[in-house]
Amino acid sequence: MTTTRDATAARTMREAFASTATELLVDDPRVAIVLAEISTQLFGAGRRHDPLRVVNVGIAEQTMVGVAAGFAMEGFHPIAHSLAPFMAERPFEQLKLDFGYQGLGGTFVGAGGSYDYASEGATHHAAGDVAAMLAIPRMQVLVPGHGAEVASLMRATYANGAPTYIRTSLATNDERHVVSPGRLEVVRRGRGATVLAFGPMLTRTLRATEGLDVTVAYATSVEPFDGDGLAAIVGDRPHVIAVEPWYEGTVASALTRAIGHLPATYEFIGVPRRFVHDYGTWQQIDADLGLDAAGIRARLELIA
Amino acid sequence: MATSTDQLDHVRALMARATGDEKHEESSTSTLDALWVLYDRVLRIDPSHPDAEDRDRFILSKGHGPVALYAILAANRFFPEEWLDDFMEHGGKLGSHPDRTLVPGVEASTGSLGHGLVMAVGVAQALRAKGLSEQRVVVLCGDAELNEGSNWEAITLAPNLGLANLTLLVVDNHSSSFEPASWTDRLGAFGWQVHEADGHDLDALEAAFLEPHDAPLVVVADVPAGEW
Repeated sequence: MTTTRDATAARTMREAFASTATELLVDDPRVAIVLAEISTQLFGAGRRHDPLRVVNVGIAEQTMVGVAAGFAMEGFHPIAHSLAPFMAERPFEQLKLDFGYQGLGGTFVGAGGSYDYASEGATHHAAGDVAAMLAIPRMQVLVPGHGAEVASLMRATYANGAPTYIRTSLATNDERHVVSPGRLEVVRRGRGATVLAFGPMLTRTLRATEGLDVTVAYATSVEPFDGDGLAAIVGDRPHVIAVEPWYEGTVASALTRAIGHLPATYEFIGVPRRFVHDYGTWQQIDADLGLDAAGIRARLELIA
Repeated sequence: MATSTDQLDHVRALMARATGDEKHEESSTSTLDALWVLYDRVLRIDPSHPDAEDRDRFILSKGHGPVALYAILAANRFFPEEWLDDFMEHGGKLGSHPDRTLVPGVEASTGSLGHGLVMAVGVAQALRAKGLSEQRVVVLCGDAELNEGSNWEAITLAPNLGLANLTLLVVDNHSSSFEPASWTDRLGAFGWQVHEADGHDLDALEAAFLEPHDAPLVVVADVPAGEW
């Protein structure tokens, strides 16, 4: 049994992140939380517990990451957080150098990848966050699909000495899965293609594949990627279809590292590489881009 | 007992062993006197235990021109003086920007400008969180490095966090394309305590670093152009 429904299902991923970070702060005196105004309202309890280890640097994301690095230099396990574009893109060099190059560990939680905050416009979009993070050696990249998975992935990695980007989203799967870094899971077995759903794309992928004779696998860990796990399920002549919540093809190198030695074919269903000049809700943009269940089904009927 | 002049002459001789980074020569020599005062008279760092929890911390934010720092660290036996002979060489440990994973006594890997001061703010706050109230963090920025906007985020933040354990050393060798208004006016307006000193006056620099302060402290070491 790998899926459960529980009380955390009602929580958003951002709330799950904040409560987990606060629990870690209380339980582990080496945890520090560094914020840049975003979500400060979720950390009142943490500030009351130890105001020296919960720092709001103001609207200053480079400083958020640099201050977190200073904590890491002193042996702390820093946790930093902002909206995805301001977590992964604006302070990219601080993540690359202050953490990657310097050999430090920390947790960086982005909220609202791609166009979750659709009505804000593309200044607040980040479909390239995961591609950017994958460009940093040592960076772990995790994409939970459920609030409870946020908690388990944070706990598994926050003190492991590596920098870790955790991409949370407004979209969540209907059910939580038992997940861990570097591991993928087979959710449904079939004889045809392997459809690999990342993070919050799982529920809609299961709907889109109803009645199709395909294997559906679920990944919350992009780096480290479970290459052995993928190789074990795809057979001798793999046809792998990745369903990605970010720019399509972002996971291509992970897949080819895993099964590039086989005569494999690949398809990528993800966000097209263009800016979205529209507003509304993320569900409306998903539908426009063919990333809701119906859109994914239509693509699969052409390629699966 | 060796005089300050003798010791500085030895450091200069060590610097002469590290060749190949002439484009950063002024960047290095302009920091020499302030760095020597720090390591001889101010910072409490045991070279045989460069990671000791109770040490003071020094970060060369600008990274550029690290030869003066390398020579002072070598003179203080943080690492063998012979390392300077392999400066910038393949297989050596001393690059033209320092790598904390290679060099004992180097706290931060710097070179891309505008990173060190921000990290120093984090270190200073972390020391407070650990209850280390006697230790101080000193970070060196160049005047041109302070063109980088990230520094001004940190300059805004540090007084608001009440980081009296943080000292910013600005070595103003007048290399910026933009001559600033008074350092005292600019940085004082952000809530820092500012002490401007002659960058070659060892006693004046020592007095500046040891000036009592209850806000983050800035020591501006003025090194006129051409007097590097």
